[in-house]
Amino acid sequence: MVVTAGDGPAIEVHGLVKRYGKLQALAGLDLVVRRGEVFGFLGPNGAGKTTTLRILATLVRPDGGTARILGHDVVAEADAVRTKIALTGQLASLDEGLTGQENLLLLGRLRGLSRRAARRRAEVLAELFELSDAARRPVRGYSGGMRRRLDIAASLVVTPELLFLDEPTTGLDPHSRAQVWELVREIAAAGTTVLLTTQYLEEADQLAEHVAVIDGGLIVAEGTSAQLKAKVGSGGLHVRVLDRRQRPEAQAVLGAALGTVVHLLPDPHALSVRLSPEVEPTELGALVGRAMTELSRAQVAVATVTLGHASLDEAFLALTGRPGAGSSTDEEDAHQ
Amino acid sequence: MTTASVAASPVQEDWRPDALFAPGAPPRRPGALAASVAFGWRAMLKIKHEPKQLVDVTAVPALLTILFTYLFGGALGGSPRHYLTLLVPGTMVMGVTIVTMYGGARLADDLSTGVFDRFRSLPVWRGAFVVGGLVSDAGRYLLAAGIVATLGVAIGYRPGGGAAGALSAMALVVAFGVSLSWVWTAVALVILDSATVMSLASVVVFPLTFASNVFVPARTMPGWLQAFVDANPVSHLASASRALMNNTGGAGGPVIWSLVATGAITVVFAPLALRLYSKRG
Repeated sequence: MVVTAGDGPAIEVHGLVKRYGKLQALAGLDLVVRRGEVFGFLGPNGAGKTTTLRILATLVRPDGGTARILGHDVVAEADAVRTKIALTGQLASLDEGLTGQENLLLLGRLRGLSRRAARRRAEVLAELFELSDAARRPVRGYSGGMRRRLDIAASLVVTPELLFLDEPTTGLDPHSRAQVWELVREIAAAGTTVLLTTQYLEEADQLAEHVAVIDGGLIVAEGTSAQLKAKVGSGGLHVRVLDRRQRPEAQAVLGAALGTVVHLLPDPHALSVRLSPEVEPTELGALVGRAMTELSRAQVAVATVTLGHASLDEAFLALTGRPGAGSSTDEEDAHQ
Repeated sequence: MTTASVAASPVQEDWRPDALFAPGAPPRRPGALAASVAFGWRAMLKIKHEPKQLVDVTAVPALLTILFTYLFGGALGGSPRHYLTLLVPGTMVMGVTIVTMYGGARLADDLSTGVFDRFRSLPVWRGAFVVGGLVSDAGRYLLAAGIVATLGVAIGYRPGGGAAGALSAMALVVAFGVSLSWVWTAVALVILDSATVMSLASVVVFPLTFASNVFVPARTMPGWLQAFVDANPVSHLASASRALMNNTGGAGGPVIWSLVATGAITVVFAPLALRLYSKRG
């Protein structure tokens, strides 16, 4: 039961500034998150994701700018904000010395549930999150996946209108990650707005309707993940030649055939072509065929050819000038 | 259950989305007292899961009592009965004063964990976390004082003031201990490192306890030290505890001075600690 009183956005941030000594963590950040959506907050380490989250969760005061959560100012109306939010931090926000059940009970009491209601809620959540067997053991002995599940459960003791998840799957194995993703989808489906930070582009792609890319304390791009990908182009063509001495020739041939710039990659055998956003996916095959024909005609021996849709990784790279966490080193460097 | 892990969803699909969310209207936020009690309960649970947390508050007073009785007993002269009347109340004051340091160290450790962020994002009175911790500290101090008194009786001490005298002395000592807790809480909130909090607290606590009349009357000391010893709240507390436990009269002055010191420390450091706590981050 989520009360959706008011029609304003869930999060409304204007010109947010935060300094830590000489370090400018946030440099005038603007952000709007609509109610009921999953919003992905994407950026490299140190970009300002966690700082933003901590300000929005009333843990840190901003040095400038304003932030409103569901209509309430995070500084002036911090208590009103706190009744509507829940935070699952980057470090496990759990009491290591207590059992899983005691963690849930404590939060139930601190959220204002009666002793009875808190106990019942703790039982329901432990069962839902497959923690019943572990509920009576101290959290210290939990695996990473169990810890994350309990951490999210702890945020749902009383249903929040807005849930902050700070890198919810960092360090999890693929199965646990899939479990957390499924949970996030279900939480969102029931009407809670979710703001999740992540370094994993795939995660934002999988879960978030809207994505903002943050770098250097500023939003550098914002939109749906499809829009972000479109900004970068419909795809990339990667070619590795057999003989590195033929690479300049390949570059010229491909450039002429495709009518675009061909980048040389750090790998001395490799070249990369960013295909224009206007190219329809159905035309890609013919385009690549033409390029290959031209290379054969020029007697260039090709080792491998790969064609890929632009991933969020590429979008991220194009927008921040840095590879995302999931990308390999020979991603094309589009900002050259 | 073996096949359940194939699906990404951790549980049965049909009833989950309903149960995922708490039924009914959101509860009212708990009051300051309820929240403090909840945090006090948390501190108790931590002791339950890790009884070794009590080693400091039990071992230190026990060791002091035994050690000082046999170390200084002879030198102080007189019958065991006589020097125990001097030593047991003094050791109680000293033991509690020393164990207050551990609370600060524990808090510094606590503050560095992620759960602290969650607590601070809850809609409860911010002081509840600190107050709840202090309530459990008061329990520890009572335990420490009780150990000294019990051991004292076991080795031959008989409080002339009876149970009433002993209990009022304990209450006085515990109240003073809690006022020191506020100091270490403020220190821990600034320093955030348990080892540093301990060393800093030691620098204060050891002169405070040794440069007092706990073992030796001030008149045997050089003038400048006498001045310090006479002003030291630990001296007043020791005098008050002796007078109360032994029922030797003259408790009024020292008791008042002890209460004044306790009150003054609390008035300065409690608001400071609460401010530091809510400003953190």
